[in-house]
Amino acid sequence: MTLSIRLKHRFPDFALDVDLVAPAGLTCLFGRSGSGKTTVINAVAGLIRPDEAQITLGGQPLHDLPAHQRRVGYIFQDARLFPHMTVAQNLGYGARVRRRPMQGFDRIVGLLGIEGLLPRRPATLSGGERQRVAIGRALLSDPQLLLMDEPLAALDEARKAEILPHIEALRDQSGLPILYVSHSLSEVARLATTIAVLESGRLAAIGPAVDLLSDPFSAKILGGRDAGAILTARIEAQEPDGLTRLSTTAGPIWLPHVTAAVGAAVRIRIMAQDVILSLDRPLGLSALNVLPATVLALREGEGPGTLVQLDLAGQRLLARITRRSSSALGLAPGRQVFAIVKSVAVAQGDVVEGTISPQG
Amino acid sequence: MIDWLSPEEWQAVALSLRVSLWATALSLPLGVLAAVALARWSFPGKTLLNGLVHLPLILPPVVTGYLLLLTFGRMGPVGGFLYDWFGITLAFRWTGAALAAAVMAFPLMVRAIRLSVEAVDPRLEQAAATLGASRPVVFATVTLPLILPGIIAGAVLAFAKAMGEFGATITFVSNIPGETQTIPSAIYAFLQVPGGDASAFRLVVISVVLAMGALILSEALSRRAARRVAGT
Repeated sequence: MTLSIRLKHRFPDFALDVDLVAPAGLTCLFGRSGSGKTTVINAVAGLIRPDEAQITLGGQPLHDLPAHQRRVGYIFQDARLFPHMTVAQNLGYGARVRRRPMQGFDRIVGLLGIEGLLPRRPATLSGGERQRVAIGRALLSDPQLLLMDEPLAALDEARKAEILPHIEALRDQSGLPILYVSHSLSEVARLATTIAVLESGRLAAIGPAVDLLSDPFSAKILGGRDAGAILTARIEAQEPDGLTRLSTTAGPIWLPHVTAAVGAAVRIRIMAQDVILSLDRPLGLSALNVLPATVLALREGEGPGTLVQLDLAGQRLLARITRRSSSALGLAPGRQVFAIVKSVAVAQGDVVEGTISPQG
Repeated sequence: MIDWLSPEEWQAVALSLRVSLWATALSLPLGVLAAVALARWSFPGKTLLNGLVHLPLILPPVVTGYLLLLTFGRMGPVGGFLYDWFGITLAFRWTGAALAAAVMAFPLMVRAIRLSVEAVDPRLEQAAATLGASRPVVFATVTLPLILPGIIAGAVLAFAKAMGEFGATITFVSNIPGETQTIPSAIYAFLQVPGGDASAFRLVVISVVLAMGALILSEALSRRAARRVAGT
């Protein structure tokens, strides 16, 4: 099911004019605060009435329905659990007000690991627990679309790590389109199927996450410093010295222990600044991962840096090197090089189970 | 207790309780509505409504009573209508005493409820809407339970104020034993006759006890409701 959004709204100090189509999977609305992300998501939920709106889900118009008839599961940054109800009552709220039997209560509660919290009140829960209950409450309201407005922003790193796998599971298993607002590139890289970049009320770029993240020309609007492409790989073996061997289209790579079963597909975010380029296959080098690649494109930055887009037998990688090295190596599209990635440079949080496209 | 009070005193106590209970019960829905309207809605004439609600708080009670008499008296525009069409008379009846008490207590009730409405996070109501609740359902399942402590506090405050109302009551419905003579009017009447001090004093004691009782009850109830709302 695709979600199509066309909005125009004038605020006293800025104008929103957005036209985007979110395909199946998780679409990230990415942009700095004030770019209009939350306005878009609230308009989809029906919480605000824009001047002009045309919102359809799988061809069905949503824009003339009041919020309570749109069947969106909205997960807010602050969980917004009802303080006067127990966790169980919060979870059952959607079914109660719609007078429908609840579907899949045990399964969802088990999935989120909140069985033990059912009789408790929201005030006694930790931030991570509250957010898990909020996710469960949204899912149990029988939604046809999930909206998430920075659901992790109020949580510390440990709590984020607690929630992220649940969101990944929703993306891969629920079959519901998800609209996800974020200003954190690492979150976007980890979760997004599609990325839509908003800049002061307008759509600056939209495309599949793999393409956009490895495109040196979108790197700037995404926030140049954190540029990094996503590689998909399969777990080959857990080796005795603590490394995990993975296979990519361009050959094997080794990473510090990745917790996933052999055979599992993972997506790895490799920061452009962690990639070194060499014209010859290097010998006597401590770095383990040396992958043959072809230069696809170069983009010179405003500073001394250059972003190089590489083709790794069909996958894309980004490398950030200095302009001086680029001209010393004579880099140009079509040039054969070796990309070198230091194993330990890949952060644990940047390797996750799952694939990029919803089809798998 | 009945032996302890003279029939006349007992009558005043019973009447006061009846007047105050009716005044509180009938004005409560209106008080909730006014509080929600003032706290949440924007509409033309909001300032005027705010002024009208609070007027009895700042006007001399005798002026409020006189205005009630002009409006709700048999000859008044509203009073005449009520009498002609429904045969209802308010002036110089206990029902009129209830009206006077309700009007005088209304600002206090609305203020207490309004504060609690303003404390409700509208984002919770938005969350309820996204979960499928229409506006009346949101009000019944989220807003109302959250403002319950405020409603209780407002009701008890209004009840206590109604028990003590004197100026507007005596101007609007006079001081008729058995019909409109509430505790304060009775105390006033006893103080006007020689040897009435003892009766007046017994009524004063009852007044104090009832007021304290109401206050303690409201504290306990609203603390319990607040605990439920805060979720601890």
